[in-house]
Amino acid sequence: MTLPDLLMLAVLVLGGASAVLVVVARNVVHAALYLVVALLAVAGTFLVIGAEFLAWTQVLIYVGAVVVLILFGLMLTRAPIGPIEADSDNRRLALATSVVLFVFLATMIFRAFGRTELPLSVTRTAALGEVLYVHWAFPFMSLGFFLTVALVGAIILARKEEGEGPEPQLDPEMATERPTPAPTDTSTTPGVTKPSEEITA
Amino acid sequence: MQAVYPLTFAALLFCVGVYGVLARRNAVLVLMSVELMLSAVTINLVTFGQIAGDAVLTGQAFALFVLAIGAAEVGVGLGIILLLYRNRATVNIDDADLMKY
Amino acid sequence: MISDYAWLIPALPAVSALVIMLFGKRFPKHGAEVGIAAVAAAALLAIVTAIEVFGANVAAVAAVEHGDHAARSFLNERALNLTPIGGGFGIEAGIRIDGLAAMMFLLVTFVSLMVQVYSTGYMHGDPRYTYFFMLLSLFTFSMLLLVIGNNLFMVLVGWELVGVCSYLLIGFWWEEKQNSDAAIKAFLTTKFGDIGLVVGIVTLWGMFRTFNIGEIISSVEAGTQAGGAPLETGLLTFALLTLFLGAVGKSAQFPLHTWLPDAMAGPTPVSALIHAATMVTAGIFLIARLYPVFQASPTAMAVIAVIGSITLLMAGLLALVQDDVKRVLAYSTVSQLGYMIAALSFSYTAGIFHLFTHGFFKALLFLGSGSLIHAVHSNNMSDMGGLRKPMPVTFWTFVIGSVALAAIPPFAGFWSKDEVLAGALGGGGYTGNLLLVLGGVGGMITAFYMTRALYLVFAGEYRGHGHPHESPAAMRWPLVVLAVPAALIGFINLPFEFAHPTGFAAWTMFDIEYFEGHPAEFVVWLAGLSTALALLGFVAGRALYRTSPSLAKDPMLNMGPLTMVLENRYYLDNLYTDLIVRTVVRTKLANAAYWLNDHVIDRIVFLAGVGANRLGKATYDYADQKGIDGAVNGLGVSANWSGGLIKFAQSGNVQFYAGALFVGVFVFALLFAVA
Repeated sequence: MTLPDLLMLAVLVLGGASAVLVVVARNVVHAALYLVVALLAVAGTFLVIGAEFLAWTQVLIYVGAVVVLILFGLMLTRAPIGPIEADSDNRRLALATSVVLFVFLATMIFRAFGRTELPLSVTRTAALGEVLYVHWAFPFMSLGFFLTVALVGAIILARKEEGEGPEPQLDPEMATERPTPAPTDTSTTPGVTKPSEEITA
Repeated sequence: MQAVYPLTFAALLFCVGVYGVLARRNAVLVLMSVELMLSAVTINLVTFGQIAGDAVLTGQAFALFVLAIGAAEVGVGLGIILLLYRNRATVNIDDADLMKY
Repeated sequence: MISDYAWLIPALPAVSALVIMLFGKRFPKHGAEVGIAAVAAAALLAIVTAIEVFGANVAAVAAVEHGDHAARSFLNERALNLTPIGGGFGIEAGIRIDGLAAMMFLLVTFVSLMVQVYSTGYMHGDPRYTYFFMLLSLFTFSMLLLVIGNNLFMVLVGWELVGVCSYLLIGFWWEEKQNSDAAIKAFLTTKFGDIGLVVGIVTLWGMFRTFNIGEIISSVEAGTQAGGAPLETGLLTFALLTLFLGAVGKSAQFPLHTWLPDAMAGPTPVSALIHAATMVTAGIFLIARLYPVFQASPTAMAVIAVIGSITLLMAGLLALVQDDVKRVLAYSTVSQLGYMIAALSFSYTAGIFHLFTHGFFKALLFLGSGSLIHAVHSNNMSDMGGLRKPMPVTFWTFVIGSVALAAIPPFAGFWSKDEVLAGALGGGGYTGNLLLVLGGVGGMITAFYMTRALYLVFAGEYRGHGHPHESPAAMRWPLVVLAVPAALIGFINLPFEFAHPTGFAAWTMFDIEYFEGHPAEFVVWLAGLSTALALLGFVAGRALYRTSPSLAKDPMLNMGPLTMVLENRYYLDNLYTDLIVRTVVRTKLANAAYWLNDHVIDRIVFLAGVGANRLGKATYDYADQKGIDGAVNGLGVSANWSGGLIKFAQSGNVQFYAGALFVGVFVFALLFAVA
């Protein structure tokens, strides 16, 4: 049991626990925060393996940007403040599925890589950079293009028109019931249907 | 270190993410679970990259791309969720059942 | 060879009939000139053909006499096959020119020409003048078609066509009911005979598988039937007897003779052409055409002889009590036809020679009677009398015709009738003797009734009203022209050794062996006896009628029951119309046929219809509605039902979809792992 093994084990436990808590937490914000921990654990894994740059990029992007994004999303969709109601009725089935899947994967891993040794070498950032800009130049460039497109797309999707959207309700019972919007009938966003009769009070 | 550890970690994260996708009601929570799955994939990639030990660092480069794409996906996904919320005043995905027979 | 173009002989009158029908009224002479020109051209062509044919036959006879046994009698046969499909059933349009055909051409075209010229005078002023000439041309064509045909099918076509023309011409003045009745009677009676003709032709076809006359003759002579089977004489006799039934009808033999006297209702030129020289000779022509076939059946020949003999006496007796001059001639024609038919059963040459001579003098007599009728405007001899002075040409030509008919030498009738009797004598047996006796007695009766007619018409005082005068030139000249052959044509067949090989017998021979086997013979005592009988008849007639009593005192009409029987024509007409037609056909038979038709045949048809209806309904109900529609509907229902099951996959629940996705991926992974 060398140091890397120990560290890896610690990260595994931490990450696993927080991941489980993400999907089990009753409070959505708590879930988001647990997500942060889980992602940090992933970054830790990278560090142990030796991919430094990747670890810090993980922290930067995922923890820094993505989680913030998620928190903003929660906020904008009026995430309930208190505990949310129970999960979907499928959860038993989902549990079964994920357990079976895990068992299967684990079996496969142990059978295939049970004896494999992982060489721990630190990847120098310079080397990664060199490879990235020389060998992986094309995917790198298109990645930039792709990100631009995603940005533009997200903006278009989330743009708010005049008079759209439900009225904000500051009701304490909001945690257990859905917000009741006033019916609106002007909508110029293409592809949006407004069957008002489906919305129940 | 045995390769099994990171790989098992990745499998664990993935399966937990699967549970979250299938079981959670709030759409944003589902998105978070998807992120978990993506992270698992990234770990796998890096691990195998290290095992393979190739000169062009395929595993890590790929992992970077996955990272970037995951971020973009979260952005667009949240956009969709916001739109859904605006039109339906709910992010409960059980209520998004217009495709039901 | 000229005879290759012999098909023009019927074609010319056919064309002229068509032309007259379409354009006749526009011609200056209203179509008569077209008809006369066509027939004259046909007559010329017939003469040329006859010269060729007769010359060839005479040459063949001479060759045989000099030892060349390969010589054959003239036969030119050309045919056009009309059934391109082939197979066993062959219909052809062909010509068969031999001596008999050439002779008939001469007779038909010449008499037709005389009659057409005569008609320009007789029918002058008639409103249907052009139609009359069209019918005459059409008739001439039909008769020539019958003569020229090389297969029985064409003969049948010509036969029926002459029947139709006869009907149209007899009923020419159909405004009088008795004329149209006479036309129908003629048509139906001959049609009854035609049943026999068709049955006979079909039987012959069944036996020989061909309509071609030449092939039938050669098959019979070889003694085989179609396919080489031996000839069945019983069936052949049946075929020939049914054919003979057709001849009985067309040639007015007993018992189908009743139509001919009534047919005198037609215009006199029609009687002269059709009912003296041409159509009525079609039956005799048919037997002569198929002579070798008839020779193979002695039974048929015997029947022919008997019927002919009965007819000749019976009709002769009927001529004794007639008032209508045309009826006298009509019964005379029937009687002479009996002679011809009976003669054929003993001697080919006798039969057709008598046909030939009779054609001329009977046509002459009819045209003469037409001249008389035209003068006194009445058919009856009771309205005539003392016409010798006003109508000399008619008188003398009528006398010549009568003498020829009565068979006084040296006129034409003597030679031909003598040949008939000689043939009967040579034939022997019961039939031969029957013909001999009846023929002799008949000759006496013929002379008697012709003398009676002569005296009643031309001697004594004129009993009618008005002023009789001689006929116009158009009517006189044919009489004169016809008188020449009536008088002299007998000399072409002198029954003497020196004349035989170059005479009529040689001209019209159909087979050289037959010709050589039947040399001419002149039986002096027979000739003398028949002449004596004829003179006896003449003397008796003269004695009774010299003073030309009126018909009220006519001895023939005052013989009590005999007269009554004769006047009622042996009650045969009564038998046909009253007993057979009215009683059987109209009441019982017709009712039975009607019942059968209504209840049986119609019922079958009705049931077939109902059955079809039910079948249709059942098909609709079960096959279509339940079966096919069920299948189609079932497809829709099953699609609906399966869709109803599958729709649950569309739960609208995103997590359900995701779950399904993961399960699928898991399964694939499992498969990959296992593999």
